Amino acid sequence: MELLYAACVGLLVSCGVFLILRSRTFPVVLGLTMFSYAVNLFLFSSGRLSLNKATVIGHSSEYADPLPQALVLTAIVIGFAMTAFVVILAMRGRADLGNDHVDGQEPSGMLTKKLHKSAQIKGIK
Amino acid sequence: MSHLTFLPLLSPMLAGVMLLVSPFGKHKINRRITSVLCSVLTLIISLFLLFDVYTTGTQIYAIGDWRAPFGIILVSDPLSTLLVSLTAVLGLACVLYASAGDDDKGSFFHPLVHFLVLGVNGAFLTGDVFNLFVFFEVLLIASYSLLMHGGDKASTRAALQYVIMNLVGSAIFLIALGILYGVLGTLNMADMAQKVPLLQGDDVYLAKIGGLLLLVVFALKGALLPLHLWLPNTYASAIPVVAALFAIMTKVGVYSMMRIYTLIFGYEAGALSHIAQSWLWWLAIATIAMGAIGVIASKDLRKLTANLVIVSVGTLVALVAVQTIEATASAIYYLVHSTLVTAALFLLADLIGQQRPNVYDRITAGPAIKQAKLLGCCFLIAAIAVIGMPPFSGFIGKIWLLQSTLDAEYAIVFWPLYLLASLAILLAIAKAGSTVFWHYKSNGTDKSGVESVQPVQLIALIILISASPLMSIFSGPLTEYAIAAATQLHDFHGNVDTILSRGM
Repeated sequence: MELLYAACVGLLVSCGVFLILRSRTFPVVLGLTMFSYAVNLFLFSSGRLSLNKATVIGHSSEYADPLPQALVLTAIVIGFAMTAFVVILAMRGRADLGNDHVDGQEPSGMLTKKLHKSAQIKGIK
Repeated sequence: MSHLTFLPLLSPMLAGVMLLVSPFGKHKINRRITSVLCSVLTLIISLFLLFDVYTTGTQIYAIGDWRAPFGIILVSDPLSTLLVSLTAVLGLACVLYASAGDDDKGSFFHPLVHFLVLGVNGAFLTGDVFNLFVFFEVLLIASYSLLMHGGDKASTRAALQYVIMNLVGSAIFLIALGILYGVLGTLNMADMAQKVPLLQGDDVYLAKIGGLLLLVVFALKGALLPLHLWLPNTYASAIPVVAALFAIMTKVGVYSMMRIYTLIFGYEAGALSHIAQSWLWWLAIATIAMGAIGVIASKDLRKLTANLVIVSVGTLVALVAVQTIEATASAIYYLVHSTLVTAALFLLADLIGQQRPNVYDRITAGPAIKQAKLLGCCFLIAAIAVIGMPPFSGFIGKIWLLQSTLDAEYAIVFWPLYLLASLAILLAIAKAGSTVFWHYKSNGTDKSGVESVQPVQLIALIILISASPLMSIFSGPLTEYAIAAATQLHDFHGNVDTILSRGM
């Protein structure tokens, strides 16, 4: 179970970091969401993984640590609010700046221009 | 158990909620009066608490009356109460200043300011690392909205980057807390400090990872190199009164470093003592250098002040890295001084900008300033204070911090660099001041469209500016207080015993 859990957290973190490093706001927001999922799972595991244990003393022979669960709940609530905020902000940015780039302007390097052109030719844009 | 410790949190929270509902928040006038009165109330409560802690010593407030290592506690010691009072003064000045018209540029300015003060006060008073995270989030979400207040395209762009940076920072904060909780089994700062020396085997390395991840987070909040890049744009694109209020936010990061790396990873931490020191020194020195270069390169007054904030953060972090009582005491004095002076400079940049149509606060020759004498005098006092020339508080702070770093390991690098940075700041500010006030293009042009400084704005400015001469006049009691606060911060056994046994 530990291996599966750790692999899940690791995969979510690496996907999240990859997406956060993208240049457009939508992938960045997705990356932030994935990253916060990974963080929540990680926080949950800080109370050690166990099966069939209640979080209340006296209801089973051994009890699970209730504190990480409380921490995860708080982190989920805060993460939810922040994600909502960043989505709205990204939309405002799209409206104000005219593009969805995190720097607020389209990159103007040679390579990107070429890509842009070829995309236009293919009619993908 | 006295409830006084909790009131600096309750007062801004109630103020924020009250300002959202009908009778208080409906009309502009009601909103302003309520907001100013609530800020005054918060200030009075903070000063009461300061006086109470000064006379009777550290107070512990256990929320819900749950005992310390299990429940959440608030700790009001000399350091945290001083900073709470500082926040209240700054909050009052900003609310007053914004009441002249800046609060009308967007919605919900006043409630957001009070929520920001709530978050900052909470971060200063909490004795629990997870609650530090929660209060960080409270102050951040208020700051996100304030940053957008009355903003244009530039502020949307700056806000987007600022929010993304801080969300990543929050995620890293949670990872660090998860690691530390998994290893130590507690999140109460005093309890953590007690358990860190007892770690053995691999747990030591895990705790070290957790402790250094926290450093990343605080470096981001405090704008330490290389995580300072968000600051100049953010502060320069916010409206100046918001930027003035933000002057306290970087200090929250520095304060957290002070707490964590003095109490938890300090002298008593065994294998983990001073884990951050070697990093902090070089990062602080590099931050001062970058800030000074930024000050010289700045093209307008707001950006110049934003870079001054970076220099002050670098200076403070260098002092945190020294880890002696004297260095911490000088850091406390310098922190109060630099917060108030940079806030005053942001407000001044706005006032100067309003009286120079077309060029605003850019450092170029422009139309003559209408009230050049008044603003010039204020600018002169603030400039002398921020450069660190006699007779104002900057000079005392600078002498003290240089003296306290004399025996430090890297003083041979720090001293020349810090003095060079001061020289750079002196040159940049002298150039900015002379250009803005003396080099004007046309004399006697029509100034009818330019508004004079309004009385409330002037009161707010005077509150902030007068702090510097006052801190210089009352430097005796203030330095004694700073030394007492620093001694208390470094008193490991005293802290742990007080928090863990009296939290009932």
